[in-house]
Amino acid sequence: MIESLPTVRCGPFDPPSELGTFRESKPLRRLMFGDGHIGWLITSYDLAKSVLADPRFSARAELQRPEVPPRPRGSTKPGQPEPARPGLFIRMDPPQHTRYRTLLTRHFTVRRMNELESRVERIVDDHLSGMQAVGPPADLVEAFARPVPSLVISELLGVPDTDRHEFQQLLAESFNGEVRTEEEAISLQNRSLNFIGRLIHHKRQQPSEDLLSALIGSGELTDDELEGMTFLLLVAGHETTTHMLTLGTFALLSNPDQLKSLRVGLSSVDNAVEELLRYLTIFHFGITRTALVDVELHDEVITEGECVSISLPAANRDPSEFYGRPGELDLSRKASGHLAFGHGIHQCLGQQLARVQMRVGYAALLRRFPTLRLAVPPEEVLLRDQTIIYGVYRLPVAW
Amino acid sequence: MIEVNRERCVGAGMCVLAAPAVFDQSDEDGRVVVLDVSLSPDNLDPVRDAVTLCPSQALSIGGSS
Repeated sequence: MIESLPTVRCGPFDPPSELGTFRESKPLRRLMFGDGHIGWLITSYDLAKSVLADPRFSARAELQRPEVPPRPRGSTKPGQPEPARPGLFIRMDPPQHTRYRTLLTRHFTVRRMNELESRVERIVDDHLSGMQAVGPPADLVEAFARPVPSLVISELLGVPDTDRHEFQQLLAESFNGEVRTEEEAISLQNRSLNFIGRLIHHKRQQPSEDLLSALIGSGELTDDELEGMTFLLLVAGHETTTHMLTLGTFALLSNPDQLKSLRVGLSSVDNAVEELLRYLTIFHFGITRTALVDVELHDEVITEGECVSISLPAANRDPSEFYGRPGELDLSRKASGHLAFGHGIHQCLGQQLARVQMRVGYAALLRRFPTLRLAVPPEEVLLRDQTIIYGVYRLPVAW
Repeated sequence: MIEVNRERCVGAGMCVLAAPAVFDQSDEDGRVVVLDVSLSPDNLDPVRDAVTLCPSQALSIGGSS
């Protein structure tokens, strides 16, 4: 019997145990996708990396299959997915993908993102001061993990001060994880696109020293493409960082020895960031790719048109790559090489920005609150485990 | 010798993180710039890391991939 993707986790930090079993017994196996398609599931590090780097596998939207039955439930949208809208290059192949990505690369280099560090520090400090002023307990998501990345991306894009509040509201609403009807979802998306459209119009009139002005100034993109690209940068760069900040804190608070090693400087923050990325792998349903031709892999033949689900959490806990109990958080481990940001030409464009926010965020949080602790028993932390990006709804903390 | 295929480079910056003394990114297009193509005992391990980490396999050592 062909199984569907296991999604029931063993606690807040561990992926479904079946994924590990699959990896040990049959790292390339058949999988039933959410729409009934019979494809494949990869759970080992080597196979994951191999397929993600293989140009015979496509990322195009119209070729992918949903790993889990799509939300909202009962929506009447049968049939094939549509091609990615203009600018949404995450779901395109070369050469369309190349054109978009190339326009962005120079804005997301290691150096450029490090240059944002002092601005990130200021945003982080403001929010931690806010938390201190109100006093414990606080919801780390609302007080810190949600606003910081949204303000950082807001600055990067060049959202004017007068529009910041509306921007924050839209982002907060978009990513609060509440179940919506299809109408509500469409209405929200329209409001977001409307906001982006107005922002682009504003930047055309009054260009400034920001990413959006630079993209407009390149003259290479239509308004539709600019809209799609901006939307993608927002979606990709906001919620992910929020959940890493929250879950990372939760993981540290749940591993007091590791937390201590970080506090006393035995582990570096940079290393901690990589290990938390590996250990948490919040892109928890993995990545899909579809074969463009027949591909021989690991004694099997993946037929043209078959979809492959690549389990990043399973790959990131592969003992053949990560020695010494990969199921545990170990901040002294060499975790670089993890696949939390993916691999191949689509590897996360914003990863350096994410790294800056995490190293600044974790360090400042732990420094400001030397007695930081959970304000509720860990079992009471509600998990957001049905959406593409794993996280928690609220993290009540005290100090 | 360190060899680079700039066409393949997607500007991820993993090489810079792995071996900052050896690799940089161009301000113009964000793609890899090799600061020193020669291999020494000091930079061999970091360069090997960079080769493995590169998401688009744009780096190689001495002609083999």
